[in-house]
Amino acid sequence: MGKHFGANEILKDISFEVGDGEFCILLGPSGCGKSTILRLIAGLEEPTRGAVRLGGERIDHLPPRDRDIAFVFQTYALYPHMSVFDNLAFALRMRGASRDEIETKVRDAARLLEIETLLERRPQALSGGQRQRVALGRAIVRQPKVFLFDEPLSNLDAALRATMRVELARLHRRLGATIVYVTHDQAEALTLGEKIVVLHQGIIQQIDSAAEIYHRPVNTRVARFVGSPQMNMLDGTVDETGSLFRCGHLQLNLSAFLGRPLVQFAGESLTLGIRAEDLEPVSPDQGWLRGEVEIIEDLGSDRFVHIQCNHFELIARAGREFALERRQTVGLNAAPGRMHFFQNERRIEP
Amino acid sequence: MKRWLALLLFSFGIGLYCLLPFLWFVLTSLKSPAELTAIPPKLIPAFQWGFYLSALEKHGLLRYVGNSAIVAGLATFVSIVIGSLAAYAMARFQLAWTRFYLLLLLAISMFPQIAIAGPVWTILNRLDSLNTYHGLVAAYIALTLPLAIWILTTFFREVPREIEEAALIDGCSRLQALRKVVLPIAAPGILTAALLVFIYCWNEFFFALIIMTDPQVQTLPVGIALFPGEYTMPWGEIAAASTLATLPLIALTLIFQRGIVRGLAAGAVKG
Amino acid sequence: MKSSYRLALLFLLPSFAFVGLFTLFPIFESFRLSFYRMILTLPWLGQKFVGWENYTDLWTDPVAMQALTTTLIFVAVTIPLELLFGLGMALVMNEVFRGRGLLRAVVLIPWAIPTVVSSQMWRFIFNDRYGLFNFVLFGDDTARYFAPMADPQLALIAIMVAEVWKTTPFPALIILAGLQTIPDELYEAAGIDGATAWQKFRHVTLPLISPALLLALLFRTIDALRVFDLVFVMTQGGPADATNVLQFYGYKKTFAEGMVGYGSAIAVGVFVLSLTVALIYLRVLRASQLRGATQ
Repeated sequence: MGKHFGANEILKDISFEVGDGEFCILLGPSGCGKSTILRLIAGLEEPTRGAVRLGGERIDHLPPRDRDIAFVFQTYALYPHMSVFDNLAFALRMRGASRDEIETKVRDAARLLEIETLLERRPQALSGGQRQRVALGRAIVRQPKVFLFDEPLSNLDAALRATMRVELARLHRRLGATIVYVTHDQAEALTLGEKIVVLHQGIIQQIDSAAEIYHRPVNTRVARFVGSPQMNMLDGTVDETGSLFRCGHLQLNLSAFLGRPLVQFAGESLTLGIRAEDLEPVSPDQGWLRGEVEIIEDLGSDRFVHIQCNHFELIARAGREFALERRQTVGLNAAPGRMHFFQNERRIEP
Repeated sequence: MKRWLALLLFSFGIGLYCLLPFLWFVLTSLKSPAELTAIPPKLIPAFQWGFYLSALEKHGLLRYVGNSAIVAGLATFVSIVIGSLAAYAMARFQLAWTRFYLLLLLAISMFPQIAIAGPVWTILNRLDSLNTYHGLVAAYIALTLPLAIWILTTFFREVPREIEEAALIDGCSRLQALRKVVLPIAAPGILTAALLVFIYCWNEFFFALIIMTDPQVQTLPVGIALFPGEYTMPWGEIAAASTLATLPLIALTLIFQRGIVRGLAAGAVKG
Repeated sequence: MKSSYRLALLFLLPSFAFVGLFTLFPIFESFRLSFYRMILTLPWLGQKFVGWENYTDLWTDPVAMQALTTTLIFVAVTIPLELLFGLGMALVMNEVFRGRGLLRAVVLIPWAIPTVVSSQMWRFIFNDRYGLFNFVLFGDDTARYFAPMADPQLALIAIMVAEVWKTTPFPALIILAGLQTIPDELYEAAGIDGATAWQKFRHVTLPLISPALLLALLFRTIDALRVFDLVFVMTQGGPADATNVLQFYGYKKTFAEGMVGYGSAIAVGVFVLSLTVALIYLRVLRASQLRGATQ
């Protein structure tokens, strides 16, 4: 199965494929066009050019009802004038399914989602999480070729979101369904996605597995967008020997972390990126560079330390045993091989 | 305690202001002929139905009621159907020219009747439709469409777009989605609009006066305005007819009070 | 999307047809006819183009000028009263107390009564012998009963009373809708800041309902400019043309006297007057919407 498009100015030459049974995530900041892609697949909007294919056949000329897809909306879009049962049954009824078939399928879906006791209720009488399940159920009963999810968890509170995230993953495994899932939440994307498409301003930045996206972001946009806290970024130049990185008043010796000096980039401007977990506070006499502790964010499991080094703010992850205090001077140690280098925003391999 | 007393007094005053004049007219309709012409007037009547019988039998009140019901009912039905289609289009496809059309309708609803009355009369005359139900109904449809479309548009806008899209994906055509999902959700708004349009048609006088010159097809307001008297004004019968013309409206208004208030606010404040 | 564009057009078409035929075409036709001499009772004259003659006649017609003055006085007197009463009613209805629902329903009653009915009602109230007006003023002293509708000034006042009574519910409801959008927190905040009841009204309530007040003002103005039913039923423009308002005069010329061209000129005059108010309305509305959008 494959899909390709190229659409209007909101989307520029978008083209990607989703394999059968794959959980594909469209990830990007709000306004990057990811919802538009979903609506194009669904047929709620028409592409100005390009094609949408499902199982090798073009479906972009078909109205939404003939595409055999299901869509779970951010707002759930449950029919307020129908009971939960009728909400689930509506699509089957529209396709002229028999009474028995509807009954069985709706009951099955309800059992799967544990909403059997709610079938007679109206959507207004449901909690947010229950509405979410009904919206899922409405998609499941259809047994469509593709499920489309448009930020389905963003209206839930944090605890419920985490639960539903796990349940969605489980559901995907059980149904073996093909899913295209839109989100701006990178944590959601990393936990759910088998394939992640990172979008920015209507352009695909990277299509990869979660691990690849996280560990080998192709450009600074992806690097900044994926991961929390945000990756530390330092703009600077490499000296003639290729082993010293100059960044303002900072001079960083790279030779300890790289197998060989960056001679091929000698004298050029680069961006150095390093994630907080790859940067560790140590005693001030050790370490690769030094700075002053400004803020300590204690998350319980982790402590993120904001450190001021010569007008640059870096975030590092501290182990629980390391004693830290505000205004204290600390050294920072970087994990070898975990540095990212970008030139003109693109990733380069040292 | 002071606040409570003040509210009571004010409410009482407002109630009296709104009810008293009409109440007196209703009491008048229940007087006997002798009580009607008593000087000074008697406030409490003998509660006789004489004027009602006289209005019904001698003045053909029932015919006026029937004419009004037919004209107002038909006009409301067509106006709401056409208005719903238009309002749906306006709410869903917010294009530059639909916005212009909405403003145009607002301007039209502000036309003084006389500015269009002459040509409307001429058109209906050419179509041989003066003194016919369909003639007046056609005029009423045009006159109430701005009101209907404005109110309905605000109600349709409140139906979330996603719900309709969900219906499209669930297998509906656009018309099916409109019928099975949008209309049921917007039903309270449609009822409100229908009510306001009906009240407008039931109460309309100017066009009824110029289009319906034949007493056989005249509507209630025209009948009440032109109530014929031999020597003196038949006040008892007028009061009786007025009461009959108004009671259904008051009943409707009280039943659908909330909706009407919302509809008026939708037509005016958002408009 | 092209297909939905076509669908929108299809859905709008029936309303175009009715609105076009029965309101847009007629307004243009009225404009055209106002430049012709056409008298229905003298059909052999036919339609003769006379240029601005109808308008110059109108300008020098003392009855028309009086009708204009009467209409403007009618508007200038009734509208402030309606808004004031409406504001008072709305403030009471906005309070929380048992029976508020009933009060809101009662206030709607004058609005629901057909204008023709309320006109007959007030005409009877002002009746010289059986009317409530005389009874309330003079009681059993029947010798002092008189006919207010026979006096030019009192007749106009009587019509204004009937108008104010019938239409006050409208501004009341519009203002009430405005009042209900004011959050309680604002009053609480003003209270904490030390505002008295009057200061709260002056500095919180009044500024926040001013858009609603403005809308009520303009809607009512446009409606009062086209007053007709009241005059037709209560006075037929009399006595001595004292209550002859523009729309009634236009009706009389066109439909009673058959002077279509001249009547059209009056119609255009009323239209231009209303349009001016309507344009001010749209202007103000757009300005307030803009303000709403930027807030």
